[in-house]
Amino acid sequence: MEYAVFAVAAIIVLAGAFGVVVSRNPVHAALSLVATLFGVAVLFVAQEAHFLAAVQVIVYAGAIVVLFLFVIMLLGVDRADDLDTEPLIGQRPAAVLAGLALGGALVAVVVTSTVTGAPRSGAEDSAGADNVTQIGRLLFTEHLFAFEATSVLLVIAVVGAVVLARRRRIEEIDREEPVTDLGRDDGSAGDADEPVEEHA
Amino acid sequence: MTLGLLAQAGDGVAPIDTPGVAWSALSPILVLIGGAIVLLVVGALAPRRSRIGWHAMLTVAVAGGTIAAVVPLWDRVHDDGPYSAVASAVGVDGFSLFVTVVIAVAVAIAALLTDGYLRREGLEGPEPYVLMLLSAAGAVMMASANDLIVMFLGLEIMSIAVYVLAGLHLRRRRSGEAAVKYFVLGSFSSAFFLYGVALVYGATGSTNLVRIARFLAANTLADQGLLIAGFALLLVGFGFKVAAVPFHSWTPDVYQGSPSPIVAFMASGVKAGGFAGLLRVFVATFGTYRLDWQPVVYGIAVLSLVVGAVLAVVQTDVKRMLAYSSINHAGFILIGVQAATDEGVTAALFYLAAYTFMVAGAFGVVTVVGRRGDGHHHLDDYQGLARRQPLLALVFAIFLLAQAGVPLTSGFLAKFYVVEAAIEARSFWLALVAMVSAVVSAFLYLRIVLVMYAGAGDGADTDPAAGRPRLAVPAAAAIALVVAVAATIGIGLVPDPLTRTARDATPELVAASD
Repeated sequence: MEYAVFAVAAIIVLAGAFGVVVSRNPVHAALSLVATLFGVAVLFVAQEAHFLAAVQVIVYAGAIVVLFLFVIMLLGVDRADDLDTEPLIGQRPAAVLAGLALGGALVAVVVTSTVTGAPRSGAEDSAGADNVTQIGRLLFTEHLFAFEATSVLLVIAVVGAVVLARRRRIEEIDREEPVTDLGRDDGSAGDADEPVEEHA
Repeated sequence: MTLGLLAQAGDGVAPIDTPGVAWSALSPILVLIGGAIVLLVVGALAPRRSRIGWHAMLTVAVAGGTIAAVVPLWDRVHDDGPYSAVASAVGVDGFSLFVTVVIAVAVAIAALLTDGYLRREGLEGPEPYVLMLLSAAGAVMMASANDLIVMFLGLEIMSIAVYVLAGLHLRRRRSGEAAVKYFVLGSFSSAFFLYGVALVYGATGSTNLVRIARFLAANTLADQGLLIAGFALLLVGFGFKVAAVPFHSWTPDVYQGSPSPIVAFMASGVKAGGFAGLLRVFVATFGTYRLDWQPVVYGIAVLSLVVGAVLAVVQTDVKRMLAYSSINHAGFILIGVQAATDEGVTAALFYLAAYTFMVAGAFGVVTVVGRRGDGHHHLDDYQGLARRQPLLALVFAIFLLAQAGVPLTSGFLAKFYVVEAAIEARSFWLALVAMVSAVVSAFLYLRIVLVMYAGAGDGADTDPAAGRPRLAVPAAAAIALVVAVAATIGIGLVPDPLTRTARDATPELVAASD
């Protein structure tokens, strides 16, 4: 039974992942991602990690993919970048090889080795308590500092979004001295207004 | 009523025993974060632009406050030994305190440079300083983390703030390009790091560095596969942050595109945070398994030394040159890590402290020479700088010569100590490679110095500098440069206090007593 659940969920996860990479339409890719995340949630349930499964569905499938879709809609679905040009010759095959090697090595490690190590002390303490209780306990005892430290990340996210996204009237300091280069035309520096693509 | 319900709900399980929070142990981090929030609030109420750069002043004051918070902790560690706080999540030892001071210094210098830069570029607001302080708080967390999860959070806090800072200059496309590049590659490396944490947890049963160290010391693993794979992935994460060679490809582009004073912070503060994490996790925690990771770090160090030195020489953009030279310096610090001895850690810490002043100062000069638009970083822009502004050229020459390792500067001793540590750890070939790479990179630094002092080098007898406007050195930047020069020469002449302090600052993992 457990094996069957695993097999079905794994197929969903992998199919979704392929869909993300292969689809040409970004909306389809984002929807394939939902399948992957949902499959992972099923795997969590099979491991009796109910809280993680719920979070997986609510946060990832619910919030993050919706955010993806918003961004895709705002940028426009039709705008497709030409992905067929290779900036560096041989880059793609090399990337495929390196990716396969890394993936193979990691899978081999996980398959061949056994999980060693001391059993969790936290899990022992509250044996019998349900999943959410245990996570809550760990958050406020062992991982209290980590829990509080994440708040700094939220501050950074807010400030960073303001810095990068706020549209303000740009002062005209460039009028007398344009940001584009003054006396040189080799284009190696000071090319603030040139399209970046030319250098890539 | 509510209480009754709560009591009923709590019947099944024992009440939570929350750990005590030793606020004093956290005070450096709290000062940085608190300072950032005060700056943010005051900045929202006060006018965004003013003639006096109080944003920068407040930032420097917060950095000073951080150093002041370290002093009593240092005394306590010196008297009572290291300790850890908040359920063993944060360690307070000589190592974490030393790195905290280095990071605070990097913030102070970078803030002083940023003030003039923001005015010149017509940018404004306290946000860059806020992000810099928060990033520094993340770096301090990395330096004092006693838990891999806290280490990861510190890494993310430090990095995400710097991703934003890299894209600060909204009117330069290069700045945006740098931010996107740094963000995408940085996120990849963070994912590697996180996977490494998971594998190490699988192998040892804990994310707490103290417990991992104890477990590894007391048990022999029948099956090391997970642990070794975890080492490898953690090393990728750290290698990216410190810009060591197979993971360095972002460095030149990001350094070139990011605002110059931000690069000063990236090359000093962020690097210090990355190396602090590396030393804490690998030397202090995985010390018993050093035979497994030492060869890999050895290889990374050799590659960083060679690639950094050789590719720096062929650049014509000064920021790219300094980027490659920072890769070279990362190689030198990795020599100290590779030794995995107390001498090695001391040497690496000394190098980090000395390098912070050198590189922050060097990018300070680059900030000034970059002129409005932050685009004048070609070698030609430095031609004849000595004739136009002898003092600025002299200051830059001092930083470059110190990076080259000329005697009587801090750079010489820094290089000397790491090579000494390598020889004591019997890594003779590594020491040899280090010395050869020092010679190769000396060529690069001398090339910039020659361009500044020789003027037109390629036969043209017209002075290309004649028509250029005089560079304005803002007062705050001048203070930063003077401090950096004073420290670079001061450490070179009287290295003893810093050496002794660095010797007291080896990382020690201690579990919380509570």
